[in-house]
Amino acid sequence: MTATAPRGTGAVSPGHGNGMPAPRRATIAERTLRTDRWWLQPLVTVVVLVLFIAYSTFRAFQNAHYFAEPYISPFYSPCLTTACEGDTFPELFTGPSWISPAIYILVVPLGFRLTCYYYRKAYYRSFWLSPPACAVGEPHRRYTGETRLPLLGQNVHRYAFYAGLVFNVILSYDAVLSFRDETGAWGHMGLGTLVLLANAALLWLYSLSCHSCRHIVGGRLNSFSRHPLRYKFWMVVSRLNANHMKFAWISLFGVAFADFYVLLLATGTINDLRFF
Amino acid sequence: MELERHEYDVVVVGAGGAGLRAAIEAHESGARVAVVCKSLLGKAHTVMAEGGIAAAMANLYPEDNWRVHFRDTMRGGTMLNPWRMAQLHAQEAPDRVRELEDWGALFDRTADGLISQRDFGGHRFARLAHVGDRTGLELIRTLQQRTVALGIDVYMECTVTRLLTDDAGITGAFGYWRESGRFIAWEAPSVVLATGGIGKSYKVTSNSWEYTGDGHSLALQAGATLVNMEFVQFHPTGMVWPPSVRGILVTESVRGDGGILKNSAGNRFMFDYIPDFFRKETAESEAEADRWYDDKKNNRRPPELLPRDEVARAINSEVKAGRGTPHGGVFLDIASRRSPEYIRKRLPSMYHQFKELAEVDITSEPMEVGPTCHYVMGGVEVDPDNAAARVPGLFAAGEVAGGMHGSNRLGGNSLSDLLVFGRRAGLAAAEHALKRMGRVELADDALADAGRAALAPFEREGGENPYTVQHDLQQTMHDLVGIIRTAPEMEQALARIAALKERVANLSVEGHRQYNPGWHLALDLPHMLIVSECIARAALERQESRGGHTRDDFPASDAEWAKTNLICTPTGDGGVAVRHQPLPQMPPELAEIFEETA
Amino acid sequence: MTYDATFRVWRGDASGGELQPFTVAVNEGEVVLDVIHRLQATQAGDLAVRWNCKAGKCGSCSAEINGRPRLMCLTRMSTFGEGETVTVTPLRTFPVIRDLVTDVSYNYEKAAQIPAFTPRPREKDGSHRMQQVDVERPQEFRKCIECFLCQDTCHVIRDHEENKAAFAGPRFLIRLAELDMHPLDVVDRRNAAQEEFGLGYCNITKCCSEVCPEGIHLTDNGIIPLKERVVDRKYDPLTWLGSKIGRRRSD
Repeated sequence: MTATAPRGTGAVSPGHGNGMPAPRRATIAERTLRTDRWWLQPLVTVVVLVLFIAYSTFRAFQNAHYFAEPYISPFYSPCLTTACEGDTFPELFTGPSWISPAIYILVVPLGFRLTCYYYRKAYYRSFWLSPPACAVGEPHRRYTGETRLPLLGQNVHRYAFYAGLVFNVILSYDAVLSFRDETGAWGHMGLGTLVLLANAALLWLYSLSCHSCRHIVGGRLNSFSRHPLRYKFWMVVSRLNANHMKFAWISLFGVAFADFYVLLLATGTINDLRFF
Repeated sequence: MELERHEYDVVVVGAGGAGLRAAIEAHESGARVAVVCKSLLGKAHTVMAEGGIAAAMANLYPEDNWRVHFRDTMRGGTMLNPWRMAQLHAQEAPDRVRELEDWGALFDRTADGLISQRDFGGHRFARLAHVGDRTGLELIRTLQQRTVALGIDVYMECTVTRLLTDDAGITGAFGYWRESGRFIAWEAPSVVLATGGIGKSYKVTSNSWEYTGDGHSLALQAGATLVNMEFVQFHPTGMVWPPSVRGILVTESVRGDGGILKNSAGNRFMFDYIPDFFRKETAESEAEADRWYDDKKNNRRPPELLPRDEVARAINSEVKAGRGTPHGGVFLDIASRRSPEYIRKRLPSMYHQFKELAEVDITSEPMEVGPTCHYVMGGVEVDPDNAAARVPGLFAAGEVAGGMHGSNRLGGNSLSDLLVFGRRAGLAAAEHALKRMGRVELADDALADAGRAALAPFEREGGENPYTVQHDLQQTMHDLVGIIRTAPEMEQALARIAALKERVANLSVEGHRQYNPGWHLALDLPHMLIVSECIARAALERQESRGGHTRDDFPASDAEWAKTNLICTPTGDGGVAVRHQPLPQMPPELAEIFEETA
Repeated sequence: MTYDATFRVWRGDASGGELQPFTVAVNEGEVVLDVIHRLQATQAGDLAVRWNCKAGKCGSCSAEINGRPRLMCLTRMSTFGEGETVTVTPLRTFPVIRDLVTDVSYNYEKAAQIPAFTPRPREKDGSHRMQQVDVERPQEFRKCIECFLCQDTCHVIRDHEENKAAFAGPRFLIRLAELDMHPLDVVDRRNAAQEEFGLGYCNITKCCSEVCPEGIHLTDNGIIPLKERVVDRKYDPLTWLGSKIGRRRSD
């Protein structure tokens, strides 16, 4: 008979009595026993994101064909240097001519998307394979997640969100300006106007559906009943937030398409379809 | 024999609502407490409760108070409840609900921010504190988290097989770890039984595998008595198909929200089963019944909303008469009567349950339902004030304790019962332990004997498989001691139980002691058998129909039987004897209640 | 509608084991747990499996079916082809006890470490007043049936045993979120969430939300809001500055 064990420890005993060796996991050699095509989704994500990155990098460094009166590509707005085509934004400084004006600004939308809770999921899974899919073993020996730098920096997402909002305002302004014709007279509308409008709208949907936004407008409160207005905001943002992934992808395509449309116009490949 | 030993003041057997509430109270009274449970902590059958906790908090109806709740409970139990239990229950339930909020429970709210309360069958006012339709989960989680916060020791996946006693009462308990099969014993002057019910003795039940009547059986073996064992509640609407979910509950709210019962010929048969007693308050025509949902003042209730026992019997008769569904139930149809949006909004968990488990879309097709064994009103006979059984140091609370609900339990009263009497049992158990001087001793020969008995199934070779015996017992109880009972059938049941006892004595199990479900079942079977015998003997003895006990050969209630409880006592040879016991006399100030509100 | 299905069930214990093939009858409408029970009753009386309510309400019968963490009682056989082999293994993240039963005590240890609920005092009339809109958010997390499938699927501990000490797992991160959003609770657990329970280990890859049988949005409604609350407290320079000059209460 063994001695009396200590009591009052609050131990919720798992049930293996005393004297047992520390148990180990079941020995299953397979990395996963999933029988479905779990690798498909990360693969698609990688392909699409790589295509986008390749296209946007090419365009950002191209430093040409980003303005076709009255439309400016979202990759180049706000265009801050004196070398900019068009005049949609005050020219603030003169940079070296070999640096494309897109480089100064793209860091903001890039930062917003890079720290976005949805994109984090997408690239951690598909690029970093951490994990490649649920219940599929990841290939890394160690994992510390977002506990240390640089990934600890993901916590700045809300500042990227604020900065992103500034860009949304600017791109909306661009869309408004696209109601002017080549001479600067108001009352114009072409397919490009619609493209810029749609792009701005999608960016707003993507930004406002952001998890940080949801937190800021009301999620941080514990008492909704004492803040009825913020509760209403929170409800609206929550509804958008449920579609955050969808908005993340559509707005990504939207930006690329808007830029591509301007490219086609600027190179004279097509002519803008003009409504009035 | 290798044996792990521990010493406590109070050992609580069972970690459902009653067990955890008892443990919390005993701990707060200064006792050293252990909780022993067969499953993991937080998995107890309390999680299955849907409706709510009945308590006259008067959050919605200021005219509600404990006297009305007391009256409803007594009438529901056809006055067979010990009045003192019903009184304490009604008086203390509101405080027991309120303290759950101090421990983190989040009930649904009224517009004023108080705990919301819902209507339920048999309750005069909306009285059930609830969280959607998962109140039991909220209750168990709250108590579980409180237990852990207080640092109470919990022995999970550990089964008690014996209570140990000496001349002065309880000395402790003996059991085994399910995981390793190793033995364990607790020295403790107080044991609280909170083991739940007995439903697993029946073939079709809403109860989980844990409901093998351990507590009932352990109490009998320790010399305590059981009361009201003939009263078993069959819920009229359990799922009948697919077989895997047969017996799982379909909430009463389906009928409350417009669902009707139909037989295979498409007839709304409940109109043929309105007993005279309820005729005055029940609708005469389908048209009147359908108007009731919108205009309760000028119309009478549809017969689908008769008490549970009436509806269960009616369904049973339809199926027996060959008018049942292909899978042996009747149709519960809400799809043809309410819009899909309405159904999904009002009955989200039922919608989900049928979709997930039966691939039935209840917004477009009828459900198949039939009676299912739900609750045992009978249990350990206890002192109403301190939940003490007839063995010093032994206490019982929750479903394992008998009496409180009389012959038929009202919905919502089980959760309040757990809390009120769980607390009282814990308090009294702690007091008893602190009063009993010196250390209790566990006799070595009793421990050795308990160990030998537990290992016996391994010693025998070539014996029967425990699963077969369990199956035969469930079939016997289902066929012969079910909803409708007759003397010849119950005599036959008793003969079969005697034969099953012999088979259980010769069981053998394969494998070794480590997490061996066959062995566990072999050790549960004697409990199930003795409880089944109690039910059959008491049911044979009570020659009338009342509440959860219906005799085909004695279809009426009897005034003499209304004054009598049946008590099961252990006999020397491991059997059960039944004796009559007059009901306690209700004091005049309580008797008045029934006149003033009648 | 009865047919013979091919099953592979992992049998063994901490010292080793293997997938054992079985051919077993399957009837219409059955779930995987029914088939496991049939194996117990007819072919393997000592096959260890943990279960209780068999209705998806208690969260006991967690296992991995064809590699995916599932409740056996909610996995219908009709979701598999009749010729398809069904593979059932114990949860991989926890030590195995025997066959399909694992030692989930990690979860109980983490639960015990969480700073307990601490309410503000009751109001004068002895009640607590809370509005429905304020209780609904934490109520979502209290739907949790503690099946621990989220803990099992979470790669932080599934693939890295050594992280168990520092990481409490999704179940307990939403418990922390629940307490932090509880209208009555007065304890600030944000620092503990980050420092003691390893909130930062979560890289929000959402497998926990995918497996939850209760449909709780663990990531979107629990873990991410908790991360944002931690940012308020630890990584937001404005809040930090505000608290230094005392204009903003340190909530």
